[in-house]
Amino acid sequence: MTILFAALALALLGLILGGLIGFTAKKFAVETDPRIEEITNLLPGANCGGCGYAGCADYARAIVEDGVSPANCAAATEENFQKIMAAAGQEAAKRERKVAVVYCSGDNRHAVHVALYNGLNDCRAAAALSGAGKGCRFGCIGLGSCARNCPFGAIEIRDGLAIVHAELCKGCGKCTEVCPRKLIHLVPAESKVHVFCNSLDKGPDKRKICTAGCLACRKCVKAYPELFNAQGFLVRARDGAAITAEQVAEVKCPTGALQTVDSHANPGKRKEGAA
Amino acid sequence: MNSHHLPLRPHRFEGGIHPADGKAYTTSGTIRIPPLLDKYQLVIQQNIGVSPLLKVKKGDTVKKGQQIADPVGNISVPLHAPTSGTVGDIHDISGANGAPVPAVEIIADGKDEWCEPMECYSDWKNTNRELLLARVKDAGIVGMGGASFPTHVKLSPPPEREIDTLVINGAECEPYLTADDHLMREQADRIIAGAGICAKILKISHVLIGVEENKPEAIRALRTAAKGQKDIVIVPLKVRYPQGGEKQLIYALTGRKVLAGGLPMDVGCEVQNVATLAAIAEAAVEGRPLIERVVTVTGSPVVDPGNYLVRLGTPVRKVLEWAGGIKKEVRKLILGGPMMGFAQSSLDVTVSKNTSGILLLGADEVRQFEAGPCLSCGRCVEACPMRLLVSTLSKVCENERYDLADENYVMNCLECGICTYVCPAGRPNVQHFRRAKAEIRALKRRK
Repeated sequence: MTILFAALALALLGLILGGLIGFTAKKFAVETDPRIEEITNLLPGANCGGCGYAGCADYARAIVEDGVSPANCAAATEENFQKIMAAAGQEAAKRERKVAVVYCSGDNRHAVHVALYNGLNDCRAAAALSGAGKGCRFGCIGLGSCARNCPFGAIEIRDGLAIVHAELCKGCGKCTEVCPRKLIHLVPAESKVHVFCNSLDKGPDKRKICTAGCLACRKCVKAYPELFNAQGFLVRARDGAAITAEQVAEVKCPTGALQTVDSHANPGKRKEGAA
Repeated sequence: MNSHHLPLRPHRFEGGIHPADGKAYTTSGTIRIPPLLDKYQLVIQQNIGVSPLLKVKKGDTVKKGQQIADPVGNISVPLHAPTSGTVGDIHDISGANGAPVPAVEIIADGKDEWCEPMECYSDWKNTNRELLLARVKDAGIVGMGGASFPTHVKLSPPPEREIDTLVINGAECEPYLTADDHLMREQADRIIAGAGICAKILKISHVLIGVEENKPEAIRALRTAAKGQKDIVIVPLKVRYPQGGEKQLIYALTGRKVLAGGLPMDVGCEVQNVATLAAIAEAAVEGRPLIERVVTVTGSPVVDPGNYLVRLGTPVRKVLEWAGGIKKEVRKLILGGPMMGFAQSSLDVTVSKNTSGILLLGADEVRQFEAGPCLSCGRCVEACPMRLLVSTLSKVCENERYDLADENYVMNCLECGICTYVCPAGRPNVQHFRRAKAEIRALKRRK
């Protein structure tokens, strides 16, 4: 009998409190735009901050409330991007896809080590000394600060060199911020050929410390002056130059610094430079 | 505050250790004078602050001691040619901290001729203090203990700050180094004169010279040189690293504590290194600028270790040749001492105003290790002379929480290296803290 009484009392209490909660929820409800949640779900959810906002939810709020363009999100897939545009009621726009490129070919097989490094496993800490043992002061340190900072797992440290997996890279630019040598650049995804070297040293000095650096021999510039541009002791592909893999093969860069994004990411397939 | 002429019993600063000191390699003998080289590679910026501006060009003829670079602004000092000859290439060479630095080449003509000398203030006691202060700057003098901060700036504290004691650092607590020891033994008169000149510039008379007890000859020489000058007190100190740290030395000699983030002048002190004093005396009394310094060349692989009076701009390779080269495999080359010095990857680094030692460590003396996780054993906390919570700091820095590192006073770390030395897990604490300090400074600059 007592147990029945207790059960009834609790049930009654539950009903009253439940009703109270229900009433409060209706009465004091905060109006939110349902599109914010919809767009938040369509955004990649990596909270990379590449758009300049505190995270995907904050960016979604800015798109809906402040009319900011969704094109600042480099990470959303094309399909989701179009859906976001539709949901935000903005006119269709083209979004240029960018990917990160590491301007260095100096992996452990090519870069000469001048010291044994025994310190912190972090590029920025090593850069405050003289790097992590490699002789080049412009090239990849290879301790993977960029890889750890990539929200999409697109960078791999292979044989002491950072390699970007272009298919995973969303172009958010997190890696470019953290690299102490500033050798990661965001480039349009369609430019597939680059000079993978960042060293401003003179050619012979470069040769002593790396067998994969650009020697500024200008072979490529002479063959295709409209595609390449020599800046001091470093050659760069001209902005927007469409260079094909066949042209790279034809130029035959003596060190292999001029190569395609694919061969940089798959050094096994790369032809050894005539070292 | 005034502790004039009290019989001094030095205080024992908190923390600190006594590492194996390796000074026996070079305690005997005298300072050696090496032969003239055929060329010198002079790093242009040898002071903290603004780099001086080079005023000679390739092909110019220079005389020994001629000013070849002018100071830019106040926190800057001029640079002088180490010998007579012609100016060669001006290019980048590897600097002591790894990054390339601009340097000027002086090709010696072998005559080693002095330029027109500066006026000698042999009667410095009756010389205007402004003239003496100007001379300290014109002679290119910087803190030669390692900091290379322009000495004339240190000697002109803001007028509202009251300085009553000049503290002289003859502790030389850094293992292996004996350059200051030899300087005190052989040039005690210069050091005492330099102390007098500094005291005159600061308008004070009370001078305390701290020397560790393991240098009895230096203490004797200084006492002889300071005989009859009751304002200059030489205080023997118990051997303990880092006694030569500014704040540690002030506490040991005066019992005054410089607070976190403070400067010696907050407690009425001014600290100068003995080598700096010798350079000041040479500049004022003999009219010679700073173009050479005593460098300890030492370590088990060195055939004939010793102290050398080396001209600025001498490549380390040459200094090692004078010391007879090496007799076993070398694993590490350090500029400075083993605790605070910088490991080098090239023999082309040159001696500059703050190079107190060139140390080689053999393959049997250097351990390669992987840093492990912190064991929270507390040895670092016990040994830290700045009383920092090193174990906590080490962990927050590892997780890149530089805001927490700042809250835990990482900026007060003096990078003495004790925490790394005592850590059983082999954690690179100093590197963590150096990085944290750099990141925090960068963050504050951005704000």
